[in-house]
Amino acid sequence: MEVPENLLYTQEHEWVRVDGKKAVVGITQFAQEQLGDIVFVELPEVGTLIEQESPFGVVESVKTVSDLYAPVSGTVTASNKDLEAHPEQVNSEPYGTGWIIEIEVSDEKELEKLMSPDDYTEQCNKEQG
Amino acid sequence: MTNDSDLKTTPLHSMHKELGGKLVPFAGWHMPIQFKGVMEEHKCVRDGVGIFDVSHMGEIEITGPDAKKLIQYLVTNDIESMQNNQALYTLMCLETGGVVDDLLVHRFSDDHYFLCVNASNSDKDFQWILKNAGDFNAVVKNTSQETAQLAVQGKHSEALLQKLCDISLSEIEYYHFRKGKIHNFECILARTGYTGEDGFEVYLDSKHAESAYKALIEEGKSFNLQPIGLGARDTLRMEMGYALYGNELNENCNPFEAGLGWVIKLQKDDFLGKAALKKQKDAGLSRKLVGIRLLDRGVLRPHYRVLSEGSPVGELTSGTFSPSLNTGIGLCYVSTEYAKLGTKLDVEIRKLNVPAEVVKPPFLPSRIKKS
Repeated sequence: MEVPENLLYTQEHEWVRVDGKKAVVGITQFAQEQLGDIVFVELPEVGTLIEQESPFGVVESVKTVSDLYAPVSGTVTASNKDLEAHPEQVNSEPYGTGWIIEIEVSDEKELEKLMSPDDYTEQCNKEQG
Repeated sequence: MTNDSDLKTTPLHSMHKELGGKLVPFAGWHMPIQFKGVMEEHKCVRDGVGIFDVSHMGEIEITGPDAKKLIQYLVTNDIESMQNNQALYTLMCLETGGVVDDLLVHRFSDDHYFLCVNASNSDKDFQWILKNAGDFNAVVKNTSQETAQLAVQGKHSEALLQKLCDISLSEIEYYHFRKGKIHNFECILARTGYTGEDGFEVYLDSKHAESAYKALIEEGKSFNLQPIGLGARDTLRMEMGYALYGNELNENCNPFEAGLGWVIKLQKDDFLGKAALKKQKDAGLSRKLVGIRLLDRGVLRPHYRVLSEGSPVGELTSGTFSPSLNTGIGLCYVSTEYAKLGTKLDVEIRKLNVPAEVVKPPFLPSRIKKS
């Protein structure tokens, strides 16, 4: 299971790459494997205000619908429009071309609530049983 | 939550694990929902050949001097003209006309038949048949436990099976079957399926299922054969618009509305549900099962509401993502005024009205080998 060292994680299996005030968000390798073939991603519009731990979008595999939860509060500054035609990129490159949105972080203190790669790895191991 | 250990398993349970299957509870069984992934498995069957373990399906054998009479009384289709080694799709109905199950009847001879029924209904069906068999000189036996069923589906299915089979498969016509041997194991090979592709459903003794399956997997390597899970089984049947018991069909549905009038033969002698079905037919259709296809990309799910200009007109009985069409497809009962092909409707997806249109299933052309 791939859990890159340079990212932060949520309990709901989103990853966050923080760069100054900006944060790029996607779902983890573990999450995409659990979901199976992703065939649809519902993205928020640029400019949407999102709130930490609240749903901001949806990923759908053939069998299930899964909400995406905002890792931090802020304003959506970009969304990955490529996923509309090629949602399978979330499966093939969850940490790369399968990124989902970019947020301008409104309160950096919220980042403290996120999980380290080690803590996240431990959570996944537990979930896998 | 169901404990996995309470679930029934097929003779291929450990094979599925070995092959990387993701096992989930389904109709009381622990079954593989997918192996490599629904999309890849779906394409594997559409483009080549795939193998399904459908041993959870039920088999009921009916023998004796009145076997034919009993089945004629139980089912809506007419088995009178069936030839030996022929299969027939039919319904079994309640006195009310509601559907007990949809099933296949296979005829060996005048006094020997076997039925293939849905996994979720097999116990109910068996009890129903026993309950109605009292006046007939026939023996009804539930052989589900000792019978395994493999479906080999896709355009290369005949070529693959022929490598291991001692009879000439090209001589088996659509909806016909023969006894033969696969890898020296006796089985019944029927040219039937639930995918819209040419293919076979193979019935054999549970004891030999694993060996036969392994032989097919091994021989299948040169055909790029893959094991297929229930996920792709559903997307494949949905693209054909085939009804699924529990979704489109149940004990309260009207089978004429489901588009199954072609398997209801009201001219034959008395059978269960005849009077009610005749009434339904005479009354004409007020509702109809139609195909719903999203106009943009999306995924449809059972129970999504279908609307016309903002007003609800129905609810999807089945819905999925079509890997072949790259969009959401579903089935829905709507009143006949909305059933016309091309009618523009909306499907409510997470409170948004998403444009869709009425289409006539199958959603893509079937490639079954009708002779």
